[in-house]
Amino acid sequence: MGRKILLENIDKEGIERFDVYRKHGGYTALEKALKLTPDEVTEEVKKSGMRGRGGAGFPTGMKWSFLDKKSNNPRYLICNADESEPGTFKDRYLIEKLPHLLVEGLIISSYALGVNTCYIYVRGEFKYLIGILNKAICEANANKFLGKNILNTGYSLDIHVHSGAGAYICGEETAQIESLEGKRGNPRIKPPFPALKGLYDCPTVVNNVETLAAVVPIISMGGEEYAKIGTGRSTGTKLISASGHINRPGVYEIEMNISVEEFLMSDEYCGGMKNGKPLKAVIAGGSSVPILPAHLILKTANGENRMMTYESLADGGFATGTMLGSGGFIAYDEDSCIVRNTWNLTRFYHHESCGQCSPCREGTGWMERVLHRLENGEGRMHDIDLLTNISKNIEGNTICPLGDAAAWPVASAIRHFRDEFEFHVKNPGIVKNIKHGSLKKYTV
Amino acid sequence: MPIVTIDNHTIEVPEGTTILEAARKIGGDIVPPTMCYYSKLKGSGGKCRTCLVKVSQGSAKDPRPMPKLVASCSTPVADGMVVQNITSPEVLEARKAIVEFLLINHPLDCPVCDQAGECDLQNLSYEHGANTERYEEDRREYDKVDIGPNIQLHMNRCILCYRCVYTANQIANSRVHGVLYRGDQAEISTYIQNAIDNEFSGNVIDVCPVGALTDKTFRFKSRVWFLKPMNAHRNCTKCSGKVVVWKFGNEIYRVTARKDQFHEVEEFICNDCRYDHKQPEDWTIEGPAKLSKQSVISQNQYGNLKKPSIILPIEHRTEKQE
Repeated sequence: MGRKILLENIDKEGIERFDVYRKHGGYTALEKALKLTPDEVTEEVKKSGMRGRGGAGFPTGMKWSFLDKKSNNPRYLICNADESEPGTFKDRYLIEKLPHLLVEGLIISSYALGVNTCYIYVRGEFKYLIGILNKAICEANANKFLGKNILNTGYSLDIHVHSGAGAYICGEETAQIESLEGKRGNPRIKPPFPALKGLYDCPTVVNNVETLAAVVPIISMGGEEYAKIGTGRSTGTKLISASGHINRPGVYEIEMNISVEEFLMSDEYCGGMKNGKPLKAVIAGGSSVPILPAHLILKTANGENRMMTYESLADGGFATGTMLGSGGFIAYDEDSCIVRNTWNLTRFYHHESCGQCSPCREGTGWMERVLHRLENGEGRMHDIDLLTNISKNIEGNTICPLGDAAAWPVASAIRHFRDEFEFHVKNPGIVKNIKHGSLKKYTV
Repeated sequence: MPIVTIDNHTIEVPEGTTILEAARKIGGDIVPPTMCYYSKLKGSGGKCRTCLVKVSQGSAKDPRPMPKLVASCSTPVADGMVVQNITSPEVLEARKAIVEFLLINHPLDCPVCDQAGECDLQNLSYEHGANTERYEEDRREYDKVDIGPNIQLHMNRCILCYRCVYTANQIANSRVHGVLYRGDQAEISTYIQNAIDNEFSGNVIDVCPVGALTDKTFRFKSRVWFLKPMNAHRNCTKCSGKVVVWKFGNEIYRVTARKDQFHEVEEFICNDCRYDHKQPEDWTIEGPAKLSKQSVISQNQYGNLKKPSIILPIEHRTEKQE
């Protein structure tokens, strides 16, 4: 059994209530943290080596240390609960089941950063989570863990819950800040980074829900102890949202020292492929990361076992590797059509592009239209190279990472499954008539 | 003060200057083209990505190159920074791609567009674009909208540079002009299709890099290259009164603000000057307006059209550039 840290008490009856959470050791980490100085708390987080759980994997302690503490402006902490990446649903699960864990993590993090106002930016579609969060905040307030003069330490904190309106782009930190300010959710041009000029031009830290929740175990067990879990620079545990053609889809907490094969096949986690069909491909970290075929996701190009860690999944660069991203693990069996899947993802990015910078605005739409043609049997051979070229032209030339996120799935699908794209071009009659079904019997 | 090297030209600029402004101080062919940046408008820039450059040395302290191409209009210089613009094939390649992206939803209706001849996108695609088109799908289409009695918005041609949004917001107190919707469906619009009711609203026509916002008093009257641009002025209580009048014979076809060498308006002019004074006796003519040698309007008047020379090793040159 893997060790559970975040989801340790998830099965306890009524854990979303304050008294039950408190009975199971809730808010003890906060009491411990408030006895330390803010710098000592930051130091613990640094020692833990935890990397941001939102997707980019940037070390959290380092991000916190960039915050401009010299300025006289107030500082802000924003909890990014705008989880909209296709294939990722861990934050929703965490908030729904353990709202107090997030609130406690927020208070500790705010204390470490010297923040007196904190915002939780909740995705528009997650309206029901707002009530859950507000209830948790009220309970914490009533029990003096939040509000003015927390536990008589003289430290005060307000947490506000803000609802987005359902835009994927508002998960990007600067777009989220714009949206919080009441403007159109367009990503800002960096520099300046939010750590210097963020919300209302004040120093701001934006962190993912899981990152902030993980601060609680880091403080309660100590940074060094936390760093011992996992492998190398991938310390601690990670929530993985497993979906696709597997027997047991759901959110799993893994220690970052198990292999992809174990995660996929073990009954503790995914429980193997549905109906025993062979694995065809895996998207390992949410829809934005490159898709990998079965032989590359289970073993790296060097023949080593691929592990569920930031480093191992990224092994081989984009040629033969992928990314852990936000932990949206999607498995495809041999019946899945990669072209259709790629088209579906591209349709999402086309719809969600904010339209601010030209490569992403025009490129995502272009890719979608070409893929739509290919999927419907109207593609031509040169379309495949065209797609590779468009994705190359978008990648790296945009303001925010959405452009990259739109380009990588297309580029990797063509890199690893070119034969399938060619099959679509060569057999328009077959692909026209098959919308959702199997291509297997034709592709052999 | 930081010393920065752009395409082997070195210049000392004040702290906080952007790479683009530093390049403009050097001048010549190494100035990155811009479609959305406008030095007179606060907050503009960074959107069109045509001014991408390569920073091959971040600064003297930290000589690492920047990992991606950066937008020169929004990246401040650092001491010892080394920037490559037209000396980097990577930058030219990216720029070519950006031109392609800008053009895929832009109707190629230059023959009937009033902006033709003074269109930034036309110039950009002439200098940096590809010869052929790869886009085969349908383009987005909108109806023409009148915003105010003298301005027509034709969204088909818009490249969403946001310049008009910044102009409308920064010259007026109330915000009436903005962008609706998202992605390639995004649309410039006024608040519930209101008119922009403002003394200086006509300036959105001048800042528009393409023919999306056009002067209704001039629509389909004449091609700009048949007109003679003359600097002129009058006593105006609202603005400086310094304009360019576009004459055909003795008749004034239209009045615009004066533009500098980077196609930016020098001083915003009021609607009175722009629309209501089209009689020769209204204006004191100063002399012919200076035109860029690259402008198609200068053809047969001020010398031959000069195509910028690209300083590249032979193997990187495409057929067109030679």
